[in-house]
Amino acid sequence: MTYPEELRYTKEHEWVLAEGDVGTVGITWHAQKELGDIVYVDLPKPGTRVEQGKSLGSVESVKAVSDIYSPVSGEVIETNETLSQSPEKLNEDPHGAAWLVKIRMSAPDEMKGLLAAAAYQTYVGAET
Amino acid sequence: MPQAVSVSLKRTPLYALHVSMGAKMVDFGGWEMPVQYSGLVEEHHAVRKAVGLFDVSHMGEIEIRGPEAERLVDYVSTNAASRLRTGQAQYSGLLYEHGGFVDDILVHKVADENFFLCVNASNQEKDFEHIRDANHVDAEVQFASDSYAQIAVQGPLALRTLQKLASVDLSAIAYYWFKDGAVSAAPARMARTGYTGEDGFEIYVEPAESPRIWNEILEAGREFGIKPCGLGARNTLRLEAKMALYGHEIHASITPLEADLAWMVKLDKSEFIGRAALVKQKEQGVRRKLVGFEMRGRGIGRDGYEVRLDGVPAGWVTSGSPAPTLNKNIGLCYLPASEARPGRKIEVMVRNQPVEAETVATPFYKRAKTA
Repeated sequence: MTYPEELRYTKEHEWVLAEGDVGTVGITWHAQKELGDIVYVDLPKPGTRVEQGKSLGSVESVKAVSDIYSPVSGEVIETNETLSQSPEKLNEDPHGAAWLVKIRMSAPDEMKGLLAAAAYQTYVGAET
Repeated sequence: MPQAVSVSLKRTPLYALHVSMGAKMVDFGGWEMPVQYSGLVEEHHAVRKAVGLFDVSHMGEIEIRGPEAERLVDYVSTNAASRLRTGQAQYSGLLYEHGGFVDDILVHKVADENFFLCVNASNQEKDFEHIRDANHVDAEVQFASDSYAQIAVQGPLALRTLQKLASVDLSAIAYYWFKDGAVSAAPARMARTGYTGEDGFEIYVEPAESPRIWNEILEAGREFGIKPCGLGARNTLRLEAKMALYGHEIHASITPLEADLAWMVKLDKSEFIGRAALVKQKEQGVRRKLVGFEMRGRGIGRDGYEVRLDGVPAGWVTSGSPAPTLNKNIGLCYLPASEARPGRKIEVMVRNQPVEAETVATPFYKRAKTA
């Protein structure tokens, strides 16, 4: 797997794409592979304030439930509605169409503490 | 996210094959086992519709021999070993005096003075000690797990797959019977048993031969679309068929009567460990009972989640998962016996939110009988 250069990553396997002060957040290809067949995605409603490193919601696969941690702080301004009907899209396109939420970032500097693609790639190791 | 696997885990003789075939390995009760290959749901469907192959070599084997073998097996287990015929197998329980489970096991009668027990991986040492300590009749009790690899071939096309390699006529082996012979020209015990709710076989072979046999079964099943399967699919398959899993539905604090397993208890046979406790429980009435449920609201009741009746905490979930065959979210839970009947509205606490569910008749899935 090659991780997109324009994203920043957490060790908890979330990613964020910053455009101005809006960060689009998702889980990584590695995360969806570890989870397996995803059946539910629980996301906060727009307007919810979230903090970096705190729970943002959860992803549930056939096997288990996993928390998603917010990679940045701010206010949720949009959630990806298609995931409530088609959670399996997270297994197909986790870095693209299956983004989770958009957050208006209150501290964009937090981005500096996240991993670049190469560092994240090293962190998760070689994958097929 | 799951933790990385540590180095002290035990491995089966098929470990290297799993890794080379790209299986995802996890720690399962101290064993480094494949949890999935191509994908849990895909593997699940392969077993329901065609055939799947499982490495279950982590399971333990205990051999009991000698003129007193049958007496010892009958004394330590709930089912009636004395009613088995040579070549027959039965599901049974090892209990403590208080009636709780030491383990659930399969008893095979190999000969009049030879019984072969298949036990759960994480319980095998405990089971062996339990049986040895109860051995007041001088039977020979041998811990034999290192002598066997176990491979399960499961699904409607399991017989046709395995028959290509088997030395005996598999169709002549009835459900819960077994035969000794050869698979791929290596000695094998072939039992028509399984943990998936499908037809199939569990074969016991020499560890050194198991990688070759595994590969030959995959080759034999290729025309049928065979898939190597992990423990993830094994769990969803057994749950749909409502088969108990030690540590979940059954454990030291649960009796067979509570676990809806009264059928594996023969109170009318000779004395056995746990009998007095079960007789007493039967007289006084079972207070809690295992029952199946289906989620009605959005969510999945997972192991350990609280179950409420009319808003009041009343029980707990023992296993829960999406059921790939049924397209529903199902589970098993303990409830007060008076409420443990199909059609009861319940609430399962899913991450602190009550989600509606309803108790249902089980098994959730039952295969259509052929011939």
